[in-house]
Amino acid sequence: MHTVLLIDFGSTYTKLTAVDTESREVLATAQSHTTVEEDVAIGFRRALDALTDITGPLDFQARLACSSAAGGLRMVACGLVPALTAKAAKLAAFGAGAKVMKTYSFELTEEDAAEIESISPDILLLVGGTDGGNSEVVRHNARVIAAVGGDFPVVYAGNRAAASACVKTLAAGAHRPYTASNVMPALGRLDVAPAQQIIREIFLERIVRGRGLSEQSELLDGILMPTPSAVLEALTLLADGLPGRPGLGELVAADLGGATTDIYSIARGDPADPATGLHGLREPRVKRTVEGDIGMRYSAQGVLAAMGMEALCELSGLDAASCKNLLDRIREDPSVLPATGEEEALDRALAVLAVRCGLVRHAGTLEEVYSPSGLLLRQTGKDLTRVRCMVLTGGALIHAKDPAGIAEESVRISDSSSLIPRKFEVLTDDRYILSAMGLLSGYDREAAFDIMIKHFKRGDEHAAKQ
Amino acid sequence: MGKKTLVLGVIGADVHAVGNQILNYAFTQAGFNVVNLGVMVSQEEYIEAAIESAADAIIVSSLYGHGELDCQGLRDKCDEAGLKGILMYVGGNLVVGKKPFEEVEKRFKEMGFDRVFGPGTPPEVTIAALKEDLGA
Repeated sequence: MHTVLLIDFGSTYTKLTAVDTESREVLATAQSHTTVEEDVAIGFRRALDALTDITGPLDFQARLACSSAAGGLRMVACGLVPALTAKAAKLAAFGAGAKVMKTYSFELTEEDAAEIESISPDILLLVGGTDGGNSEVVRHNARVIAAVGGDFPVVYAGNRAAASACVKTLAAGAHRPYTASNVMPALGRLDVAPAQQIIREIFLERIVRGRGLSEQSELLDGILMPTPSAVLEALTLLADGLPGRPGLGELVAADLGGATTDIYSIARGDPADPATGLHGLREPRVKRTVEGDIGMRYSAQGVLAAMGMEALCELSGLDAASCKNLLDRIREDPSVLPATGEEEALDRALAVLAVRCGLVRHAGTLEEVYSPSGLLLRQTGKDLTRVRCMVLTGGALIHAKDPAGIAEESVRISDSSSLIPRKFEVLTDDRYILSAMGLLSGYDREAAFDIMIKHFKRGDEHAAKQ
Repeated sequence: MGKKTLVLGVIGADVHAVGNQILNYAFTQAGFNVVNLGVMVSQEEYIEAAIESAADAIIVSSLYGHGELDCQGLRDKCDEAGLKGILMYVGGNLVVGKKPFEEVEKRFKEMGFDRVFGPGTPPEVTIAALKEDLGA
C-alpha cells in the first residue's frame, strides 16, 4: 500500500482524496468548509478527521495540494487589439488557472488605472504587439500600470523590443516585474506556455505564502498549483495517455458550479475540410474558458439573460411565471437545493443551458460565404465537432440524476454555425477526483491515469447506479 | 530601423491563393517582413494585423472582380483605428469588364489607396514602388 493524500483548498470546501497508488483505489474522499478567515488548517483538520473516520489511520507517503481559496488566482490582462493580443493574454491567464477579473485593450486610461487599483489583482499580465511590432501602446500601458497603487507583480509577455524598457518603467513603481517571451510572437501565432510557467511560479512563491496556505508544512508537502491547472493536467493526461496506455483522444470537459461554468478542450480544432479558411487567432490545443455570468445558483439569472426565457420554459416544461418564481427563490437563497419536481425540472434546464452556453462560447464558428467561386467556409476558433468524449465534473453535474442526458441535450441546437461537439461518449467524474488526479499526475502519472480510467463512469453506468 | 513590415492578403470572399503566395515570396526575398493573412481577408483583419505588427504598409489583392465593393471604407477605418497615413496599395483584377485602367486607378485612388496596380503587374514593379515610398 502506497497512500497519497490529495488536497484541494476550494473557495467553499476543502476537499480531500486519499488514494492507494499500488492498487489504483480511491480509499476515500471527504470535505469540510474552507476556513480562510481564521486558519485554513482548521478546515483541513476537520476534513482529515472525516476522511480517517472512513479509512482508519493512514500513513501518507505524500500530501499534495492545489488551491482556489480566497478568490483563487485573480488576474487582470492587458493587451493591444481585442481579437489578437488581448485575447491571447486572456487565454494565457485562463490556461494558467487564473480567474480573469478584467481584460483591457489599447491604451489604458486613467479610469482603467483606477479600476485596476480597485480590483487589486494578484498578478497583472501585460502584453501587446508582435515581436518587432507595435511597442508604443505597451510602453504607455507600463507607465500607467507603474503608477497604479498596490504591490501586485506584473508579468510582461509582449513585444520583446519593448521588454527592457517596460521592465525598467515597472521596476520604478511598486510592482515587481517578471518577463516571459511574447504570448503572440508573430501575428496569429500563440506561445502562451512560457508566460503560464512564470504565472505559476509567482502563484507558488507569493500568493500561496501570502494567504497563510503554506504554513501547514507539517500537514502537507506543498501547494503545487491553482486548482484549474490541476484539472487541465488531469484532462491532458486523460486525452494523451502514456506509453502502453492509450489515452481517450481529443476531449472536452464541463465543470458546472454555482457561480461559474468552466469549459476545457484538449483538441487541435483544425478545420474538418482543408478547403475551409481558418481566420483569427490559432487557439491553443489545451484551452480553458470561464463563464463568470453562467452558473446554477449565484449566476442563475445570467443563464436566463444569456439563453432566454423561451429556452428555459421549453426545457423545463414549466411556464414563464413558474420559472421566474423559482429563479427568484434561488436569488434569495443561493444554497437552496431542489426538493419538488418543478425545482428539479428547472435545475435540469439551467444545467443544460449553462453547459450549452459555455460550449458555444468556447467553441469556434463556421461562417458560410457565398462568392463568385461558389460556397466558401470561413472558420474562426476551434472546430470541436469531431471530439468524441465529454468529461463532466462539478457538483451540479455529478450529483444530477442523468448527467449524460444533460450533456447530450446541451448540444442539441439548430445553429449549425457553432462548432461545438455533437456526438460523444460521456464520462462522469462522480467521485469528484479530477483536480486530485491532476495533482497526482505530477507524482505518479501512471497511477493517476489508471485511477481516472477505473473510476470515471461512462454515461450508461452512471444512469444504472442511480 | 530594420526591415519594413507589410501586411499582405486577398480581400473579401476571394480565394485566389497562388498570386498571394508569389507576392509573399517575392516581398520576403526583397527584404521585407511580410505578415501574410492569406485569402478571404476582411478589412478588420488587415487593420488588426497592421496595429499589432506596427506595419508600414497594407497590400491588398483582389482577383475576382468585387474589389471595389470589398475595398470601400478601408481608408476611413484605418484612420479611425489610429493607422492614419499608412501606405496602402491595391492590385489585381479590380473590376469586372473592360474599363480603361486609368479609370480604375482613379476610382481606387479616390478610395484612399496610394498606388493601384493592374492585372499582370510583375512583383518587381511593386517592390520598386515600396522601396521608393518607404525609403527602404
